[in-house]
Amino acid sequence: MNDAFDIRGESHIEVHKFRAGAIIIATLLALVIQSSFPIHFAKAAVLDLPLLVTIYFGLSRRNPSTGLLLGMFIGLLQDSLSGPTVPLGLYGIAKTIIGYLASSIGARLDTEHPAARFALTFAFFITHQGLIVLTRRMLLAQPEPWFNMHLIVAALVNAIVAVVLFLLLDRLRKN
Amino acid sequence: MVALPSRHKSLVLLAGVIVLQILLLAVQIKRDSQGRLIRVWTVGAVSPFERAGSNGFGWIRNTWRHYFALQNTTRENEEIHRENDTLKLQLSQLQGKAAEADRLAALLNFRESHAEVPMIAARVIGVSAGTASLTIQLDRGERDGIRKNMGVITPDGVVGKVVETYPNAAQVLLLTDKESGVGAMMADSRIQSPVGGQGEPLLVMKYVPNDDTVNVGERVITSGMDRIFPRDLPVGTVTEIKSGNPFKQIRIKPAANLERLEEVLVLKTLRPLETKTEENPADAKPAAPSAATPPPAARR
Repeated sequence: MNDAFDIRGESHIEVHKFRAGAIIIATLLALVIQSSFPIHFAKAAVLDLPLLVTIYFGLSRRNPSTGLLLGMFIGLLQDSLSGPTVPLGLYGIAKTIIGYLASSIGARLDTEHPAARFALTFAFFITHQGLIVLTRRMLLAQPEPWFNMHLIVAALVNAIVAVVLFLLLDRLRKN
Repeated sequence: MVALPSRHKSLVLLAGVIVLQILLLAVQIKRDSQGRLIRVWTVGAVSPFERAGSNGFGWIRNTWRHYFALQNTTRENEEIHRENDTLKLQLSQLQGKAAEADRLAALLNFRESHAEVPMIAARVIGVSAGTASLTIQLDRGERDGIRKNMGVITPDGVVGKVVETYPNAAQVLLLTDKESGVGAMMADSRIQSPVGGQGEPLLVMKYVPNDDTVNVGERVITSGMDRIFPRDLPVGTVTEIKSGNPFKQIRIKPAANLERLEEVLVLKTLRPLETKTEENPADAKPAAPSAATPPPAARR
C-alpha cells in the first residue's frame, strides 16, 4: 500500500492496491452482467455497472492517468458489447473523463464513506450521461434530451447500487 | 526536455485519449450524404487552410500579375500602340489599295469593253485651288499623248474634258463647272440637249421644250454630238424638272462622283467616237468624221 501525501503534509490519503487480476476480473464481470442481466430483467438496464466499476477503481486508485486509461478501456469494451448502433468511443470518451475525474477527486477527498460514494456516484452518473448526450449531439448528430426524470431515477438507482457494490469491491483490496 | 508535473501529465494523457477516441468515432460514423465523419472533419478542418492557402496563392498570383508582371506593361503597351498604329496604317493602305484595285479593275474592264476607244488611265493628283473653277489635275500630260479637249471619263460616267496640257500633267474641267458642257440625251425619250454645269453639284439640261415629256429619275447619257465623248456614256439622272420659258429647267445629278475622283480615263482621240450599244448596234458607228470641228457642247 502506497501513501500519498498532500503538499501540506497534514493528512494523507491512501492509494489502494488490489489483488492480482482483481481489476480485470471485476471489469469483465461488470461487462458480462451488464450485457446479460437485462435480458432477463429489463429494468436492470438502468444500471451501468461498467460505470460503477470505473468510478470505484478511479476513486480507489487515485491516479488520474490510471483512472482515465481504465475508464477508456472499460468504455471501449462496453462500446464493443453494445452492438453496431453504438460506435466505439461513445462510452469510451465518457468513461475516460469519469475515470479521470474520479481519480482526481479520489486523490483529494475521502471517498470511503458510503454517503460520499452515493453522492459522487450520483454526480458521476449524471455527468456520464451528460457526456454521452454531448457526444451524440456534437459528434454523432443524434439529438437527445439533456435531462429527464428517468435520468434522475437511474442516477439514484446506480448510486444506491454503487454503495453496495463498492463495499463488495472493497474486499478485493490488499490489506 | 522539460518534465511535466504529474497532474499535467495526466491532463495531457486525458486529452490524448479523448482525441484518439473522438477520431475513432469519426472513423466509424458515416453521415448521410457526407461520408464518414472523419472525412467530414478532415475536410472541415483542412478546407479553411485550403481556402486560406488558395486565397493566399491567389493574392500572390494577382499581385504578381497586377503589379510585378505589370512592370513591363507600359513598355509593352507602348509597343502595342506602335504596332497598332502601324497596323492601322497598313490596314488603311491595304484598304486604299484594295479600293484602288477595284477602281482600276473597273477602269480596266471599261477599257476592255471599249477596246475600240483609245484611252489612257490617269491618276488625279490635284484639284482646283479656288472655287472660281472646278478642275482637277492629272498625272499624265502631253508626253503620254494627252491633248487639249480630250474627254475624261470614269466607268460611272462623264467627268469633263482636258483644258490644259503640260508635259507630265493635264488639267481637266469638270462637268459641273459653269463653263463646261457635254452633248447629252435622255436615255428613254431620246431627247437631245446639251448638259452643263452651274458651279454646283447638280448639272442642268438646257433647251428641252416644255412640250417634251421628261420624267424624274430618267437617265441622261452622252449623245456623241459633241464629238468628244462616245455615245451612251452615263451623264447623270434627272432629279428635278421645272417648267420654264421657253424651255424646261431640268436638273441632273452627275453619274460620276465628281467630288471624289482618284483615277480617270482620258479618251486619247479627238476623233468622234461611239461605243457599241446592245439595243441598237447599228448606231455604234462614228457620228461625225470631222475631228477639227469643235465640240458644240464642250464650250470651252
